[in-house]
Amino acid sequence: MARVSIPTDQNDAAVEQSDSTPPHQMIEIEDEENKSSTKKIKDLEICVPIAYGTISFWLGKKATETQSHMWTVYVRGATNEDLSAVIKKVVFQLHPSFSNAMRVVESPPFELTERGWGEFEIAISIFFHNDVCEKQLDLFHPLKLYSEVEHGPLSTKKPVIVESYDEIVFPNPSDKFLARVHNHPSVIVPRLPLTLNLPHAPMEDTRRGDTKDHPHGQWFNRFSEADELLKLAEARQQVQNHIVKLKRRLSMLEG
Amino acid sequence: MDAKDILGLPKISLPVSQEKKSRPQKDSQRKPDGISREVYALTGGVAPLMPSIDVNQLKKRQQQPENEKITWEWLSFTNSARKDDLKLYHWVRVVNGTPPSGDYSFAKYNKYVDVIKYTDEEYEKHLTDPSWTKEETDQLFDLCERFDLRFVVIADRFPSTRSVEELKNRYYSVSRAILIARAPSPADVSGHPLVKEPYNISQEIDRKRALSMVLSQTKQQERKDAEILSEAKKIMESRMAAKAAQDAELAVTSNTSPEGMEKTTAPVETASPSNIQATSGVAPLMSMADNAAAAAASLRMLRVYLRTYALDQMVQAASSSAGLRTIKRVEQFLQELKVNLKPKVPTKAVCAEHLELRKEILTLLNLQKLLQSKEEGSSHREGSYTETPDTPKRGIDQDRSFIPDSVSFGERVGKRDQKRKW
Repeated sequence: MARVSIPTDQNDAAVEQSDSTPPHQMIEIEDEENKSSTKKIKDLEICVPIAYGTISFWLGKKATETQSHMWTVYVRGATNEDLSAVIKKVVFQLHPSFSNAMRVVESPPFELTERGWGEFEIAISIFFHNDVCEKQLDLFHPLKLYSEVEHGPLSTKKPVIVESYDEIVFPNPSDKFLARVHNHPSVIVPRLPLTLNLPHAPMEDTRRGDTKDHPHGQWFNRFSEADELLKLAEARQQVQNHIVKLKRRLSMLEG
Repeated sequence: MDAKDILGLPKISLPVSQEKKSRPQKDSQRKPDGISREVYALTGGVAPLMPSIDVNQLKKRQQQPENEKITWEWLSFTNSARKDDLKLYHWVRVVNGTPPSGDYSFAKYNKYVDVIKYTDEEYEKHLTDPSWTKEETDQLFDLCERFDLRFVVIADRFPSTRSVEELKNRYYSVSRAILIARAPSPADVSGHPLVKEPYNISQEIDRKRALSMVLSQTKQQERKDAEILSEAKKIMESRMAAKAAQDAELAVTSNTSPEGMEKTTAPVETASPSNIQATSGVAPLMSMADNAAAAAASLRMLRVYLRTYALDQMVQAASSSAGLRTIKRVEQFLQELKVNLKPKVPTKAVCAEHLELRKEILTLLNLQKLLQSKEEGSSHREGSYTETPDTPKRGIDQDRSFIPDSVSFGERVGKRDQKRKW
């Protein structure tokens, strides 16, 4: 015969807190105890919009069998801002046929240029600074050398560029991180509640790590959310109209 | 002696095969010296790749310089462990005429326990106890010394019948009292284990009883215990999950007043662990909100994530109660509306709008089905709502205010999907 006691809520609190590191404890404890304040802290997520992808140029006359294209894989700020405030290093894992397939880039611009002939999937691992996040973030991007839309003679002037937009979200940023970047152009931070006292952060040194003057900058996509928002709003409107119509029909049936 | 001879083929066809043949011959011919062939064969006939023991590590045989004379003599010796002066004899290695010095080598193993000896005055002052006479205590201590605190033996030898725990208790409390009494100040002995952790007789009795119970459990009882423990674990886990969902729920709802919080916690608690819902209107609402809340909570647990990943999770959570076909229809709808299935510029706002759009399409599809079935139902059957095929979907649609009460909500959603033809 066994007597079993199921632990009460106190243990649950212990479990939740055991995962948090000291800088976060303030936020997590408040989550636990003071429910009404969770709203203002919940919304405090730091968002870093990035664009990552590949751009490849055909080498034309200088091309050889094994090196027909020169391509660059990169991770850049979506508005070409300097990401080194957030990112410590980026590791690109190339095809094993490349020597030293694991390439580490520790300073901005976070990109890698190579020559080759084949297309393959590149694994991009982003490592953040210690006060930002201890875990790495993994992305994948297929390298494209040959355009899928334009079929015709290859040109050395026009590259094949494939970019993806994404946002890195830090749902529970540490105070240090927040203090350091809340005025940095590469980072989107929501309006901070006035009561939040941020520790004084040193000014970031203005090394030019941004990609505003990138040699391939002319090909970079300018990602604007306006188009999508518009499209989505339209779509939602249509759907809502449908719903209203159907509801009317239903109520007629009921009545 | 070749097959090739027989076949008439040339002998020197492949130099490699010749090499292979000669090599095994060479191996077996060579026998390493120092080991017999059979022992060598144990290793597979090949020398080990790396020596397993470094010979230098082994104790070197002490080669005394050759000029020393070593004899063995039958000599007497004394044992310091003995109280009498008995002299026994044994063989002794004598080097150059001088016998070895030092105590008998085994004397150091004769260990004693330090059993405290108290005087009569000390007894009168500190050690009197209602249930123990001085005589008994003296006897106890004498036995303790003789038998090195082996209480099982002492209990057996003890003239009056006392349990092991009682004897232990008396011994330890007496020793402790003496220690404290003799110490110049209490601080000196506070580090002593006897003082720090006194013997707790009741605890010991309980512990031993519990131990014997566990040891004497039958197989059946063991199985029952295991079952109960696993059930307890399950209950714990479901409670944890409910708590996580509940916490997230509270964060997500816009109620700021504490009373509002109280009201929402109550229905969530009744809804999530058990299948029986308390209030019919609230429960279906909670299941979809639960999924979304759980997804949001898990995202918040992550240290970092990509917006696209977050969108995927939320989409999955929202359509978790929909079947595969429904999801496909949602995607079809999106394509008809000329909206990308995965937004090209997934910012926070875009993702939120996308998610809302998906939810609205789901609502729309559900309404369509309901309408369809109502139209069928009104023409074929009398209005018995219990047969409506859409009861599983009801959980998602937040617009329904005309939900009939008689339908059971605890049904698994996915199962119904396959049976109905849309």
